[in-house]
Amino acid sequence: MTRQRNDDVGSIGTARSAPELEVWQALNIALDRAMERDSAVFILGEDVGLFGGSYRVTQGLFAKYGEWRVRDTPISENSFVGIGVGAALAGGRPVVEIMTVNFALLALDSIINMAAKMRYMSGGQMQVPLVVRMPGGVAKQLGAQHSQRLEHTLLNVPGLRIVTPATPQDSYWQLSQAIVADDPIIVLEHELLYFTKGPFDADALPPPMHAAAIRREGSDVTLIAWHRMVSFSMDAAAKLSDSGIEAEVIDLRSLRPVDLPLLRESVSKTHRAIVVEEDCRFGGVGAEIAASLNEAAYRDLVSPVLRLAASDVPTPYNAELERASIPGIKDIIRVV
Amino acid sequence: MQHKLARQFFYDMTLARQFEQAAAEQYTQGKIGGFLHLYPGEEAVAVGSLHAAEAGDYVVSTYREHVHAMVWGVSPSAVMAELFGRATGCSGGYGGSMHLYDVSRRFLGGYAIVGETFAIAAGVGYWLRLNDSTHIVICYFGDGAANQGTFHETLNMASLWKLPVLFVCENNRYQIGTEIHRHSAVPDIYRHASAYGIDGRQVDGMDVVAVYEATRSAVQHVRSGNGPYLIECETYRYRGHSMADSGAYRSALELAELRARDPLALFRERALTQEWLNESDCQEVEKAVEGVVVDAVRFADESPPPTDLSKDVYAVPLDLYGGRP
Repeated sequence: MTRQRNDDVGSIGTARSAPELEVWQALNIALDRAMERDSAVFILGEDVGLFGGSYRVTQGLFAKYGEWRVRDTPISENSFVGIGVGAALAGGRPVVEIMTVNFALLALDSIINMAAKMRYMSGGQMQVPLVVRMPGGVAKQLGAQHSQRLEHTLLNVPGLRIVTPATPQDSYWQLSQAIVADDPIIVLEHELLYFTKGPFDADALPPPMHAAAIRREGSDVTLIAWHRMVSFSMDAAAKLSDSGIEAEVIDLRSLRPVDLPLLRESVSKTHRAIVVEEDCRFGGVGAEIAASLNEAAYRDLVSPVLRLAASDVPTPYNAELERASIPGIKDIIRVV
Repeated sequence: MQHKLARQFFYDMTLARQFEQAAAEQYTQGKIGGFLHLYPGEEAVAVGSLHAAEAGDYVVSTYREHVHAMVWGVSPSAVMAELFGRATGCSGGYGGSMHLYDVSRRFLGGYAIVGETFAIAAGVGYWLRLNDSTHIVICYFGDGAANQGTFHETLNMASLWKLPVLFVCENNRYQIGTEIHRHSAVPDIYRHASAYGIDGRQVDGMDVVAVYEATRSAVQHVRSGNGPYLIECETYRYRGHSMADSGAYRSALELAELRARDPLALFRERALTQEWLNESDCQEVEKAVEGVVVDAVRFADESPPPTDLSKDVYAVPLDLYGGRP
């Protein structure tokens, strides 16, 4: 586990008035506001309290709300997520942080066997208003056990919803929306996006939690991405524009459910689409999107929806191989 | 012991025995599907322990939980209807034998993965503690579950944060077909508690009065804010693990020895000797229970099935390809 710090950013107080924020700060504000608003909201996770969170997301909250609402847990992923489920059944609104998606593999019983099924199994008597936040993605040479993307693992679990905020504004909006929602929601974050900046307005009206967003309009091809692949697609689109190809870039923002209407609308204009995916190709989100779009927008397409995804290998440690294992800007341009 | 409590114990244990017998018959006739784990032999544990708790306390149980549900107030008809998979079942026909719930009574299941009950109970306990509640959680588990990581992880956290959870082990000596000396290096389950600074004790799980007394003092301990407690009830199941298991791995001698200490027969005899109950009290209860069980089966059989396949997957219906809600 690496602990990434950027020491020139402020605490909660200074963050709040800044016009531009980093992703971790936006998440921090979302948590702070939710906890202020509703005493049922509390945080559980490894090093979320005194330490302030591995990516600073819970910084300052332990001091403000105390140990019962910002609980440092032992290294017991399955059980502390299960504690979140139990507390949610009893009326709480826990926000559980799992240090990385890789550790969430230990907690899949609590997430998949319990949280996702309780409402249905109980005939609608119970609800699990639980948020599980976890960062993933290929970061900087963290090795195969710390570089996974778990989209594919969580994608086909009825009862779960999955959001993938990539900007500070979406991080704030979607985490805030997830906390007040009455279902178990997985907030997938990206390790390399925590310290990226973007415009932020806490009072702006949010779009629906699961709506996709058009980041760049274009007429020739639709690039469908989420997390870090959105900025890669934006960079590729800018370069493509120089050679006269206008790519439309869509940030999915949510993987389950997925905003197929917006994708169809875009494809009806561009007639071509490529899913750009940091997760492995085989059996991934891209496969679902491509299949759905091929079925739903067959008449609009002049060629099948393509997938550009990570190689189906564990992530190598070597920096160059690591870079080669996931799509890059040049790869996007080449496939277009 | 008061007549009223003795009658309640006898009623609940008789109901437990007869209900499970009826469930076995209905399973054989194909009215009940899936896995069916029955409780005969273990009645004293649920009955003795749950009567030491109070309304408002939470109960979290395993997949062998029909009796816990009924003792905690869920009607036998609602339980039987759930086994039949009917809309009138306590989980609307969506849960089945292993997933009985009644939120209005704070009966929280019904978990089919061994070891899940620990964290659920600790989570409820965390919420109670966070809200300074005087209620507690009773968490049932079997001897096999003590080998799951969640047992050790949760005992650690429950002790660390002094959560109001009473862990009740139903040690029936077998994890399906593997006898406890072949699955646990420390077969006295209560001794595991001390590793996490939790007090625990062992009690004769075939003696409903002993279970009741032990649980009463344990409940007092937990309710007073002293943190968790663990009671190990030494018990036995007469049947196999589920209806799919004949239990052939156990000797006839062992079974006969345990049956000689049948919790229901022992209590009946003791209640008569101690004059807590007389013979006509007992017969009256037995007759009343017969009627209740017959009614439960009829109710289940006549109830309609659930029809909506996709309700309650989410709080509001979610179009996976809509993306807008």
